[in-house]
Amino acid sequence: MKWSEFFVTGEPLIYAADVSIVLTVIGIVFILTYFKKWKWLWDEWLTTVDHKKIGVMYIISAVLMLFRGGVDALLMRAQLTAPNMKFLDSQHYNEIFTTHGTIMILFMAMPFIIGLMNIVVPLQIGARDVAYPYLNALSFWLFFVGAMLFNIAFVIGGSPDAGWTAYFPLAGNEFSPGVGNNYYAVALQISGIGTLMTGINFLVTILKMRALGMTLMRMPMFTWTILITCVLIIFAFPVLTVALALMTFDRLFDTQFFTMANGGMSMLWANLFWIWGHPEVYIVILPSFGIFSEVVSTFARKRLFGYKAMVGSIVGIAFLSFIVWVHHFFTMGAGAAVNSFFSITTMAIAIPTGVKIFNWLFTLRKGRIRFTTAMLWSLAFIPNFVIGGVTGVMLAMAAADYQYHNSYFLIAHFHYVLIAGTVFACFAGLHYWYPKMFGHMLNERLGKWTFWLFMIGFNVCFFPMYFLGLMGMTRRMYTYSAGLGWTPLNVVATIGAALMGIGFLVLCYNIYYSARYGERDMTGDPWDGRTLEWATSSPVAHYNFAVIPEVKDLDAYWEMKKSGKGFEMDEEKLKPIHMPSNSGRPFLISIAFFFAGFGLVFKWFTLAIIAAVFIILGLILRSFDDDDGYYISVDEIKRTERLTRKEA
Amino acid sequence: MGTNYHHETFPWKHIVGFILSLVLTFAALWIAFSSGLATKAILTGIVVLAVLQAVLQLFMFMHVTESDSGKIQTINMAYSFFIAIVVVAGSIWTMAFVL
Repeated sequence: MKWSEFFVTGEPLIYAADVSIVLTVIGIVFILTYFKKWKWLWDEWLTTVDHKKIGVMYIISAVLMLFRGGVDALLMRAQLTAPNMKFLDSQHYNEIFTTHGTIMILFMAMPFIIGLMNIVVPLQIGARDVAYPYLNALSFWLFFVGAMLFNIAFVIGGSPDAGWTAYFPLAGNEFSPGVGNNYYAVALQISGIGTLMTGINFLVTILKMRALGMTLMRMPMFTWTILITCVLIIFAFPVLTVALALMTFDRLFDTQFFTMANGGMSMLWANLFWIWGHPEVYIVILPSFGIFSEVVSTFARKRLFGYKAMVGSIVGIAFLSFIVWVHHFFTMGAGAAVNSFFSITTMAIAIPTGVKIFNWLFTLRKGRIRFTTAMLWSLAFIPNFVIGGVTGVMLAMAAADYQYHNSYFLIAHFHYVLIAGTVFACFAGLHYWYPKMFGHMLNERLGKWTFWLFMIGFNVCFFPMYFLGLMGMTRRMYTYSAGLGWTPLNVVATIGAALMGIGFLVLCYNIYYSARYGERDMTGDPWDGRTLEWATSSPVAHYNFAVIPEVKDLDAYWEMKKSGKGFEMDEEKLKPIHMPSNSGRPFLISIAFFFAGFGLVFKWFTLAIIAAVFIILGLILRSFDDDDGYYISVDEIKRTERLTRKEA
Repeated sequence: MGTNYHHETFPWKHIVGFILSLVLTFAALWIAFSSGLATKAILTGIVVLAVLQAVLQLFMFMHVTESDSGKIQTINMAYSFFIAIVVVAGSIWTMAFVL
């Protein structure tokens, strides 16, 4: 392979990206060296097994990926603003919509949600860490190297360009010869392993590590949604693992699983992809429902309306999510019986979802509502998500879907559910739990600016797309002719996208501004919260709870405050706390995964095998590792608690 | 930490399970590549071997008999079977039009 093929060449945009990547890396290395932070980085972050720090790293990665995916989106909107634009050629456009979709779902939405659940779930159930802290670190680093491997594709070797769904035969060697789709197969595989381990980890954590008295039906709603999400992850991700493995074999070793000839079945890829893919969208939406439930209940100062119905509907949604996947390819030609069955199951999902919407509305009814930024995101979620949901029911009608399929109507629909559902929830959760992560609040005024810019921009951008779809504009087209009458709505959509971009910049500025000038949260309970995470100090001590609380009711902390006691700590009751030791091995194993993946992408099998040996070595070393962690002494706990507790 | 299960000093169960898994895997490989059987016989053979291996691993590695609560295991198993049937039978039904 020549160097000119190794690096992507010929596009001024790519050269600019090369320069900015090199400058950023030099900048990071310089700052770490100049301020002598390398040891800090290694001790505090790269080797940590603390669920809160891992959560923070997930969220930082997610915000970076939101930037990358957002730039992709803005490039697409720029190209589509006017007819016959020459800003991007068709190949470049294909690559950009592929990376936009893949990154936004797998490397932005998922890690943002997983980051929040890492930080919040152990606190909500009164635990000191997750069940398998070491595994948790490995999960994060595998996700991270998978994301990085996917992200370097556009400057080294070439981006995948077959859509985020990577349908065969297009994604096969015949029609996509370069290394782009190898990146897709291998990077998703690596980060998928991390996600699967997260699912197992949190399922065990929630089932086995709840505080005394917290029965399943006393769990906070966010924890409930994460429990169900873990079940979805555990059952859905193996299908992706297998499908990606078959794809890798097809692309690297010329097997014929999804090819057109020799008994291959290209449509089976679409089938397997969506058996994973549909539960996947519920993996990102159910935790979002959980976040909204917490926020709405806190800022309406009311117990969540219909708690049992809420639990029932998430279980119902999770059950239905596995029997609807064919609605992603009604037009493939499966026949009336198959399409009718999946049409009905799909529409059935609207029932439990509707139950949840009404429960949020009834929680708000007669509540004493405080319009904080987190609450604004949650309130905006309801009408926006309903628009997405109702158009979803339209798409669910198999016969009508022949009209909507792969048009901008579909694009508008899934952005309305994914942005108004998941992205709004991530922003709400970020504002709500920010003091727990960093000890200071995100500025509310800047937060509201972000909210209004982003929310209005979102509607301006995506609402016109419903009509563009009905006018015949199909997804993934890189340009269109002038006479079609699509230009005005496309101009409007691009303006909306720009507003969303500005909203994101305000959010980034807010993170910087609040770190410098933000109000410090001295109470640990800035929102007058209801669940156990608000019983800890802000930021949370690394052992979370000096004494494990005893739960007597749903909304455990609210009940403690009501009974006038708060969450008191009797210093006599303190015992040494057992904590897991840090380990650099998850990070190093993941680096080996990166090189193994890189070797596979370029078919450099020597590199892949050497890296695989290091991975196996890491696993063997772990098997003989008898580090059982360490104890924090009572004196140290007392010192920490006296510093952070307001009562002291 | 809380509950202490009885652990043997040497993990015989795991070693035996591992060796049997390897044997079953290579047997499947042999059937597919060099047994010279008809396609249907090959498919039946490897499916039988796969099910055997799944059961073997449940007992040797997955502690299926060691749980405190039989109820949870039953629910897990029932749901796993449900998903497996949905994925396999659902795919065959959906893709039948191209077969």
